[in-house]
Amino acid sequence: MELTNKEMEIVEILETDARIDTDVLAKMVGLSVEETGQIIKKLQDTKVLVKHISIVDWTKVENHPGVRAMIDVKVTPKRGVGFNDIAERIYRFDEVSSVYLMSGTYDLSITVEGKSLNEVANFVSQKLSTLDSVISTTTHFILKKYKHDGIILESDNNKDKRIVVSP
Amino acid sequence: MKTTRSTYVSKMAAELKPSGIRRFFDLAAGMEGVVSLGVGEPDFVTPWHIREAAINSLERGFTSYTPNAGLLELREEIAIYMKERFQVNYSPKDEIIVTVGASSAIDLAFRTILDPGDEVIVVEPCFVSYIPMVELAGGVAVPVQATKEHDFKIMPDQLEQVITPKTKAIMLCSPNNPTGTMLNKAELEAIASLAIEHDLLIIADEIYAELSYDEEYTSMAAIKGMRERTLLVSGFSKSFAMTGWRLGFICAPTEISGAMLKVHQYALMCASTMSQYAAIEALKNGRPDVDEMVKSYRRRRNYIVQSFNEIGLVCHEPGGAFYAFPSIQSTGLSSQEFAEQLLLKESVAVVPGDVFGESGEGHIRCSYASSLEELQEAVKRIKRFIDSL
Repeated sequence: MELTNKEMEIVEILETDARIDTDVLAKMVGLSVEETGQIIKKLQDTKVLVKHISIVDWTKVENHPGVRAMIDVKVTPKRGVGFNDIAERIYRFDEVSSVYLMSGTYDLSITVEGKSLNEVANFVSQKLSTLDSVISTTTHFILKKYKHDGIILESDNNKDKRIVVSP
Repeated sequence: MKTTRSTYVSKMAAELKPSGIRRFFDLAAGMEGVVSLGVGEPDFVTPWHIREAAINSLERGFTSYTPNAGLLELREEIAIYMKERFQVNYSPKDEIIVTVGASSAIDLAFRTILDPGDEVIVVEPCFVSYIPMVELAGGVAVPVQATKEHDFKIMPDQLEQVITPKTKAIMLCSPNNPTGTMLNKAELEAIASLAIEHDLLIIADEIYAELSYDEEYTSMAAIKGMRERTLLVSGFSKSFAMTGWRLGFICAPTEISGAMLKVHQYALMCASTMSQYAAIEALKNGRPDVDEMVKSYRRRRNYIVQSFNEIGLVCHEPGGAFYAFPSIQSTGLSSQEFAEQLLLKESVAVVPGDVFGESGEGHIRCSYASSLEELQEAVKRIKRFIDSL
């Protein structure tokens, strides 16, 4: 669907700050609160705005169990359905948080979340590798997140370094 | 015989008025938890690829002087930029000088064009340096007031009234610091025809040209007949968030540029080399960054202007820069009183309008180059402050 300029502005702002007050948002784009609310509803109804979620840095939470791995998967595509069938088989697992079809030396890039290394290892060896179409897997565990979806998670460089009053 | 002096400071320096901004800086600097709308610079850090270009230039050992007018490659990029963006043609060889920020470009302009006693009409409210720089160059500044009745746009008849045989130039800044007011093509043309009629130069401070939000920006030099009488000042500070790099430039016809280059080479030699390499990268690949920043400023402007009007501070819609200039006359306080009490009671720093000139009285300059969270907090505190009066 084609968006109007105002709709586009609203999407762009919400993409960086989903919790912004509607009245602030309305002022920023120069619309009334009602009009802004209507546009948001329309964008939600048409699934342009899919979901508002928070980016959580779980490493800050002590004893939070959880590991994340990115797995390169080589598969055999099937006649007629290509990669779609096997992609669907994989993304239906709750452990899988994302699945992408890739160009290059492997076919699917998937992200798996689990409570422990063991849990992810078990998923790979028992569920993923055993699928008929899967030829091979290479598992990479994420050790530390520096930047996620455009957000820098940890940096001392974000402080305002400007002097308080200047001409 | 031994002689003694009462002071070593020149009369000129002794008589310079300290900037009114300085006082607020000192007041605010000692306080904690201050939300500052007093900052006259972008809140963005210079885009990484530009910083990286400077780092690269250091790694490759480009640490020596550049030609006085700046690296030719940079001047060539500036020429392309000015032509594509503002439809003005300048020769990179002899009509563009790279300076140490726009400030040094303005200083250079005055020192090059003014004879003792020459008058420069300075449109106020304006950047705090113009008048002192005219005076330091031996000229006489003639302030003329743009008023809120005309959204701080100067009326041609106001200029005409102060033109004398000694008038040499008009100092103009659009979009304006502190009012954010931008002059459109027709308004520039009206001023231009005065300049042509009276054979005046115009020093056009166009440092905020990229930050225009509603209308297409028109450069004074692009107005018919004005290229030969305009000294166009611009730079990288505001458009590319490069204030600390101290890099500006001035474009002027060959005769004036040649004379300016003499002054520049004796006074400054050349601008910082690594900054010049960064600026080349900015002009070559920085367009998307500028567009993103402009978008962000526009949204924040919309928010702050409407918020001020809602809480009772009448504010005209500023067409450019990143300043809102609301009236605080409804409070009955002077702008100095308002700014000082606001700082002490609610820890919000703004700049009183009178420091920018007489007609700025009754207003405060609020920079919206701050995060949205800070702007919201500032509005909340200002509202509480007004309600408490």
